[in-house]
Amino acid sequence: MKIRFNRDYLLSLIAVILGLIAGAILMIVTNNNPFEGYNYLFRGGTMNMQRIGNTIATATPLIFAGLSVTFAFRTGLFNIGASGQMLIGGLCATAIALNVSLPKILLLPLMIIVAFIAGGLWGSIAGFLKAKFNVHEVVATIMLNWIAYWTVYYMVPLYLKAEFLETESRRIPSEASLRIEWLRDFFDGSYINLGIVLAIIVAIIVAFILDKTTLGYELKAVGYNRTAAETAGIDVNRNIMLSMGIAGGLAGLAGLSLYAGIATNMQIGVLPMQGFDGIAVSLLGANSPLGVFFAAIFFGLLHSGKGFMTAMTGIPPEIADTIIATIIYFAATSVVVDRFLENRRKRRETK
Amino acid sequence: MLELLIQIFPYAIAFTIPLLITSLGGLFSERSGVINIGLEGLMLVGLFAAALTISQLERTMPGQAIWWGLLAAALAGALLALLHAFACVTLHANQIISGIAINMTSAALTVYLARAMTGSGNIQIMIGLSRRNIPFLSEIPIIGKMLFSGTYLTTWIVLFILLASWFLLYRMVFGLRLRACGEHPHAADAAGINVYLVRYIAVIISGACAGLGGGIILVTYSGEFNGTVAGLGFLALASLIFGQWRPLGILLATFFFGFASTIANVSQVIPELANIPGIILKTFPYVFTLIALVFSAKSSQAPKAIGEPYDKGKR
Repeated sequence: MKIRFNRDYLLSLIAVILGLIAGAILMIVTNNNPFEGYNYLFRGGTMNMQRIGNTIATATPLIFAGLSVTFAFRTGLFNIGASGQMLIGGLCATAIALNVSLPKILLLPLMIIVAFIAGGLWGSIAGFLKAKFNVHEVVATIMLNWIAYWTVYYMVPLYLKAEFLETESRRIPSEASLRIEWLRDFFDGSYINLGIVLAIIVAIIVAFILDKTTLGYELKAVGYNRTAAETAGIDVNRNIMLSMGIAGGLAGLAGLSLYAGIATNMQIGVLPMQGFDGIAVSLLGANSPLGVFFAAIFFGLLHSGKGFMTAMTGIPPEIADTIIATIIYFAATSVVVDRFLENRRKRRETK
Repeated sequence: MLELLIQIFPYAIAFTIPLLITSLGGLFSERSGVINIGLEGLMLVGLFAAALTISQLERTMPGQAIWWGLLAAALAGALLALLHAFACVTLHANQIISGIAINMTSAALTVYLARAMTGSGNIQIMIGLSRRNIPFLSEIPIIGKMLFSGTYLTTWIVLFILLASWFLLYRMVFGLRLRACGEHPHAADAAGINVYLVRYIAVIISGACAGLGGGIILVTYSGEFNGTVAGLGFLALASLIFGQWRPLGILLATFFFGFASTIANVSQVIPELANIPGIILKTFPYVFTLIALVFSAKSSQAPKAIGEPYDKGKR
């Protein structure tokens, strides 16, 4: 178990290095100096308290999205619907924020619960279709992403419309925002918010559920071998629905931390990229909550530093997304590296 | 109402054609056993390549620029698809993760390059394909107006490709081999078929088709590259599933979805349609696909070996 653990992280590290090399090549192609580029990229994410705060804030939805993908993946399910679940969770939380007036201490928990349940229900649709009708969850979640996209597209102008703009919701009141004053002051006016505290708590809970409870054991058993799990008396269908439901709920929290933490309202016509970045986070974090946390911080750094890099060097900010996409590609193909390491280990053992 | 239908029809067809060719591309890939959820990214890279080529050539050779652009679109799609094929076929990677990587790479890389070149990230072209009436056929009452008036040449090219693909897949040896690789690769291998090669070819064809689809969006109705194809690649994927992985099926499915999307797009300016909620028109392709999947799950026509990397050593 220990060896496997280390090798997963080694593979992730190789994927990151290859991704950074690919980014460097791209910088050279467009006549830029990659050392300068990376220098400004990392400084842009870390050079003062405000930027560190922004890096953490940017990483927050990625932690939730990564946990969501990881949770489903432990049950052998592929949740590529985190984007849609984020939208639905965010939409319902925003609806609460704009229509319910309560003191902050009551309103925030209510929004958290609503975002979790809304995202969870959206996710469990895919789980239900998988369990009852054997509809592949990848296809179902893709369709649900676009249903969510168009739902937000039409619902926001209809019910939550801003005063002047048709394309976004009203701003949520400060009682409904995850941002709080002392945290902002501590990080010199950064948009860091309570989302990160929630993310850490949730990551610990997820790790606990997966590793220390019967539910986690059953979920993983279904993921390893569905037939064997069924034979052992585990209700496979129930676990599939539950897994997608919880994964959806986690993505709903990602939506909350995006729309009520980083942003102050919802824009229509945007499928949040964090849902897809969550897949990268999960792969890079070797599907463990701790790994997810560090991977999300790393991607948060890339995203929050890219603006500074662009301002200083003129390298387009999309370099960050390119690096992330490349990392996913290398993580997908890491089987080869894995096999190479395995062969070398075997050869050494036979010597 | 008929008058309205006649008015909408040419737009619906223009919207359907890129979907159709992309979905057809997906058909090649998935029939050979490789899932391709990278269609969205492949379309986008085609759109980008076409915009880049045409914007460079339109001053010097305005007559040919569009066709070079479409060629570039197909080539760019094929090239990116090669990356997907390499991961899925040679490296036995997870086909879904690779497809996601293709989508994300395409979305990031095209905008990165566009920004590095133009500064704004948008590439506009000044010329577009002109609409033409087909002689004689467009004179036929009603049908002439609906199908043969104001058509783009690309529409007929795509329909020809569809017909040729049907012939290739169902009437020629290569098509039989391709489908065999998607149903039972081990048997295909035992029969002397090079499964790896067939899958490579199929995935590259799918990239070329999807790239062409992106290029057609540019030269017919969009006129600019702005970093997204707004989910059309996923709509093409839905059409592929809804059409049950058959050429005629995807023709009907893409037209059905294309027509619905067109109605949704124009419903605000046409009073007769204003009372159909846009949300229903826009979401129903996806809802229908889910429902179709529920009903077809037991007798699914999906290729049997879809998604499984083929490993010669495993029997």
